Amino acid sequence: MPTAIYAGVNVTVNDEGFFEIPDEWTEAMAPEIARAEGIDGLTEPHWQVIKFMRAEYAEKGTGPTVRILGKTSGVSIKELYQLFPKGPAKEAAKIAGIPKPRGCI
Amino acid sequence: MAKRIVILGGGTGGTLTANRLRRSFFEEDAEVIVVDQNDDHVYQPGLLFVPFGLARADELVRPRHDQLHKGIRFHQVPIDRVDIKEDQVFLADGTVLGYDVLIVASGSRLEADETEGLTGPGWRENVFTFYDLAGAAALHDALEAFDGGKVVVNVVDLPIKCPVAPLEFCFLADWYFGQRGIRDKVDLSYVTPLDGAFTKPVASRRLAGLLEEKGVSLITEFNTGEVDGAGGRLISYDEREILFDLAVIVPLHSGATYVSNSPGLGDELGFVAVDEHTLQAVAKENIFAIGDAAGVPTSKAGSVTHFEGEVLVENVRRFLAGEPLDATYDGHANCFIETGFGKALLIDFNYDTEPLPGHFPTSVGLPLLKESRLNHLGKLMFQSLYWHSLLPGRDLPGMGSAMPRRGKVTSGVR
Ligand SMILES: Cc1cc2nc3c(=O)[nH]c(=O)nc-3n(C[C@H](O)[C@H](O)[C@H](O)COP(=O)(O)OP(=O)(O)OC[C@H]3O[C@@H](n4cnc5c(N)ncnc54)[C@H](O)[C@@H]3O)c2cc1C
Repeated sequence: MPTAIYAGVNVTVNDEGFFEIPDEWTEAMAPEIARAEGIDGLTEPHWQVIKFMRAEYAEKGTGPTVRILGKTSGVSIKELYQLFPKGPAKEAAKIAGIPKPRGCI
Repeated sequence: MAKRIVILGGGTGGTLTANRLRRSFFEEDAEVIVVDQNDDHVYQPGLLFVPFGLARADELVRPRHDQLHKGIRFHQVPIDRVDIKEDQVFLADGTVLGYDVLIVASGSRLEADETEGLTGPGWRENVFTFYDLAGAAALHDALEAFDGGKVVVNVVDLPIKCPVAPLEFCFLADWYFGQRGIRDKVDLSYVTPLDGAFTKPVASRRLAGLLEEKGVSLITEFNTGEVDGAGGRLISYDEREILFDLAVIVPLHSGATYVSNSPGLGDELGFVAVDEHTLQAVAKENIFAIGDAAGVPTSKAGSVTHFEGEVLVENVRRFLAGEPLDATYDGHANCFIETGFGKALLIDFNYDTEPLPGHFPTSVGLPLLKESRLNHLGKLMFQSLYWHSLLPGRDLPGMGSAMPRRGKVTSGVR
């Protein structure tokens, strides 16, 4: 299993860079992960989404899809794409330190 | 006193469940009631063929009540909401139905309005869906009048019913325009939010290969934010644009509206969270869900609904008898994928095993993940099996609920 170092701590990630163990994540790591994704500086709305992602993961065991994020996070899908241009569900999951959302079959 | 089992929805799942239940209980032990908003049972897999003139819309519809066996009560009225605390269903005509067991079988609903512009200018002129009867019939007329240009087939987002159907549409469109002698004038593309042609890796690669063979471009990770019919453009949330002359869109799906209006019953999209092996609702022990309405990680398909039925009915019996539930539903799905030119491919999978090559159900059966004429005949035969075996709640020949492993090539597959 590959590892990465964020905020000086070694964490386990999958080959696409998603956290395997969400408990290894700390808030201090988020800005660094974001920078690697091309997002410089996390704003208040970014944090709102990141916290929402972690809460959803804790409750349901998987991150929400973009559509569910748009319906329930309080941030519209358009704004979500402005915040996380590479795709909110995946990018925000990565920055929030949760595994890649399972999605649908 | 007789227990009362109320089934919400009289489509594939509601009908086969009602008929199976009727056989497994004496009438004095259990009353079986089915509620549906209309009396038109549509054979939905047939919708794929309507646009190409390979089936007629009116041939796919039969009266719902005729599919329900003697001793089942049918209420034709919209469902308004469920009070899961009081075990009561409220119907639009004011009727209140109490129940001992509730089965949610109300399928999924197309939410075309949720996508900006989709039902605006151009809807049913150059923007279509074949996912309902009226749409499939309208698309048939539009295809007949089409004499060349850019055709895009777009899945807005998952989950959708029968996730292979839009791919089949592409394969059939390639065949159809070829038959009409205008294939060289038609530019076909398949536009998906996924990162490949399909969700599961081995099948995804095979299906991408087929698209390429048939000259259909594959555009991935496209999240449609807007459909501009007047301008002939699909616009993604990240502001990419795809131009079209004719768009065939599979709209967003949700569960039935009444589920969302029933506190505690559904998830964000109106699907009912259930234990994926017993189909018992997380919300309450006397509620079960089957078919498209159930939030389980497998395809929303008639075959899935059929396989679920066997386990569900056994669990309703066990629940009423106070016995532990049977946790054996394995996510089994079995889909024929029509590829045009009288051929089809077959995929068979479950929660743990992705679609693999080999043969179904044993090594001398139908070829898996490979085009063959036999599979096409299988797909055609499914229509008659649907009305005469699946809805009556009979087991299909050679097919149990659990996914067969024999016949599958499980190692060294790429
Ligand atoms: C184009 C297309 C192609 C397909 N191809 C295939 C295929 O090849 N193979 C396959 O296995 N599957 C296929 N499917 C999928 C299959 O048809 C469905 O998965 C299956 O019908 C689901 O059954 P269900 O009972 O869950 O829902 P449905 O059969 O849709 O029944 C739901 C019922 O609930 C009723 N209802 C909903 N809300 C209310 C309300 N508020 N009040 C009263 N009644 C209500 C509806 O009227 C409906 O009758 C296809 C589907 C489509 C659209």
